[in-house]
Amino acid sequence: MKATVWAGRNSVEVREVPDPSILSRRDAIVRITSTAICGSDLHLVDGYIPTMQNGDVMGHEFMGEVVEVGPGVPPDRLRPGDRVVVPFPIACGACAACASELYSCCENSNPNAGIAEKMFGHPVAGIFGYSHLTGGFAGGQAQYARVPFADVGPLKITSDLSDEQVLFLSDILPTGYMGAEMCDIQPSDVVAVWGAGPVGQFAMDSARALGAAAVIAIDKEPYRLRMAAEAGHIPVDFTEVDVRSQLLELTGGRGPDKCIDAVGMEAVHGASHIHAYDRLKQAARLETDRPHALRQAILSCRSGGIVSVIGVYGGFIDKFPAGAWMNRALTLRTGQCHVHRYMQPLLERIERGELDPTRIITHRLSLDEAPHGYDIFKNKQDDCEKVVLTP
Amino acid sequence: MEVTGTTTIRRPVSEVFAFWRRLENLSMFMEQLDDVRTTGERTSHWRSSAPFGRNVEWDAEITEDVTGERLGWRSSAGAELPNAGVVIFAPAPDGISTEIHVAMEYDIPGGEAGKAIAKFFGDEPSQQLDDDLRRLKQLLETGEIVRSDGAPWGKRAREEFPQRPAQPLTPEERKEVLGS
Ligand SMILES: NC(=O)c1ccc[n+]([C@@H]2O[C@H](COP(=O)([O-])OP(=O)(O)OC[C@H]3O[C@@H](n4cnc5c(N)ncnc54)[C@H](O)[C@@H]3O)[C@@H](O)[C@H]2O)c1
Ligand SMILES: [Zn+2]
Ligand SMILES: [Zn+2]
Repeated sequence: MKATVWAGRNSVEVREVPDPSILSRRDAIVRITSTAICGSDLHLVDGYIPTMQNGDVMGHEFMGEVVEVGPGVPPDRLRPGDRVVVPFPIACGACAACASELYSCCENSNPNAGIAEKMFGHPVAGIFGYSHLTGGFAGGQAQYARVPFADVGPLKITSDLSDEQVLFLSDILPTGYMGAEMCDIQPSDVVAVWGAGPVGQFAMDSARALGAAAVIAIDKEPYRLRMAAEAGHIPVDFTEVDVRSQLLELTGGRGPDKCIDAVGMEAVHGASHIHAYDRLKQAARLETDRPHALRQAILSCRSGGIVSVIGVYGGFIDKFPAGAWMNRALTLRTGQCHVHRYMQPLLERIERGELDPTRIITHRLSLDEAPHGYDIFKNKQDDCEKVVLTP
Repeated sequence: MEVTGTTTIRRPVSEVFAFWRRLENLSMFMEQLDDVRTTGERTSHWRSSAPFGRNVEWDAEITEDVTGERLGWRSSAGAELPNAGVVIFAPAPDGISTEIHVAMEYDIPGGEAGKAIAKFFGDEPSQQLDDDLRRLKQLLETGEIVRSDGAPWGKRAREEFPQRPAQPLTPEERKEVLGS
């Protein structure tokens, strides 16, 4: 089959690889009908997540048709012919983490848990197409994928919703939603979201759906801010204004009640000398992540507020504003998304028309064009917001 | 050399104890064991090859057997790799899971055999036991040892890092990995 593979830093190729087959009793094989490129994939391409190997199949946002199931998958749960969306974290459904619905912390789905434990103190779940640290699972930017614990993860789609309407249930819609949910939104809340990428856009929509009074979008790409504004959010360009002053201005001096970091470890800084400081430390491996958005969110949030972090961090950061966080009684919440928790309720919201995931799709390409898709998504060319690939 | 390890398994104590007490099961998750055969009420025969580069076999006897609480064993006199172990089973505070605490003692011999064994355990001897316990947890909680494309080997996971790329196995590789 054809698959998008990691071919070294800054290099993605479409290659011919073997077709997947059943390796474990609870596996399913899915013929992929739609798959997407994510901001998380950029961290891999840019070389910030260790343990990638040449030839690793990329991609963790995919859906398709079940073509084969292992003997451990009950037929009333899943059978060939079913149309499914696959959640990006791989979860066993049986461990203590899964029992607490902390699916992205599943204790059994990562064969390389020992390495993850060394880096993070405790292991994390397996993730499709996301380095060997999270298991070394082949991803879904391909024609087929092997889905472990297929009796637990995949969501069956029985209605006639299109692929584009449901594909993002695999990751970014639940992720944006979880970012907003972690904010405990009250009707009087002003919510500020750093990052108007796909995840940020869905965090904004979710914050509104959960009842926020107003939602502010912070980014530097005019077309992404325009997209947020068209959806009814208030745009702030961090290269044109001082973000903290602008947020005070927009909230009568209070600061946003809740702040969401939907940027993560590759944030850029409005002031180039500060960006250079962190970029240099990152290059020298003195810090692994550039936490500009996180720092700014903590400093901007009103006292007693919540800072919800869904942007991905991989290692260590420098100059964490612990004083602001501690003295002003802020709550920090975070996590890789526990996608399984949100798929069904969000599918219902899509069916009721409360959320429209298709609004962020700007590019529809064939799998062969994946390298071009990565290029325009990463470099913010051609007003690219989200690329959907059709194998 | 003493190594210790602990894990919590979300299954009842009775089940976890019974699984371990059936010593034949140990080779399902302990990387260094090829097989264990029960030879009498308290005696068994253990065989290990791959990690040490050659066959090492010994007889062992159960020294403690308190159902649902404690299990101890020791290699019989004359074993090439004298060893002993004890496992303590206890209910976890959640009222559902079982904590197990393992301590194993190896008397590493001199000569070539000793060198191979020392190399196998490496700088972090407890890592081996940690990985074994992780696989035991996978077996009891999910029914299988988890396999990925990059790490498809089941209980032989550790020896192969850096791994094969995370892409599907060829039919030949699959055959080799699954042994069928
Ligand atoms: N927690 C999870 O489960 C999960 C799931 C999916 C994605 N993610 C993460 O979410 C983040 C965003 O993903 P995406 O697909 O939207 O990526 P993206 O790269 O398209 O979006 C990031 C946006 O942040 C903007 N940005 C950069 N620096 C900024 C700053 N200082 N202030 C404000 N905005 C800034 C960029 O211009 C860009 O538009 C990534 O870190 C990704 O890994 C997390
Ligand atoms: Zn993603
Ligand atoms: Zn689990």
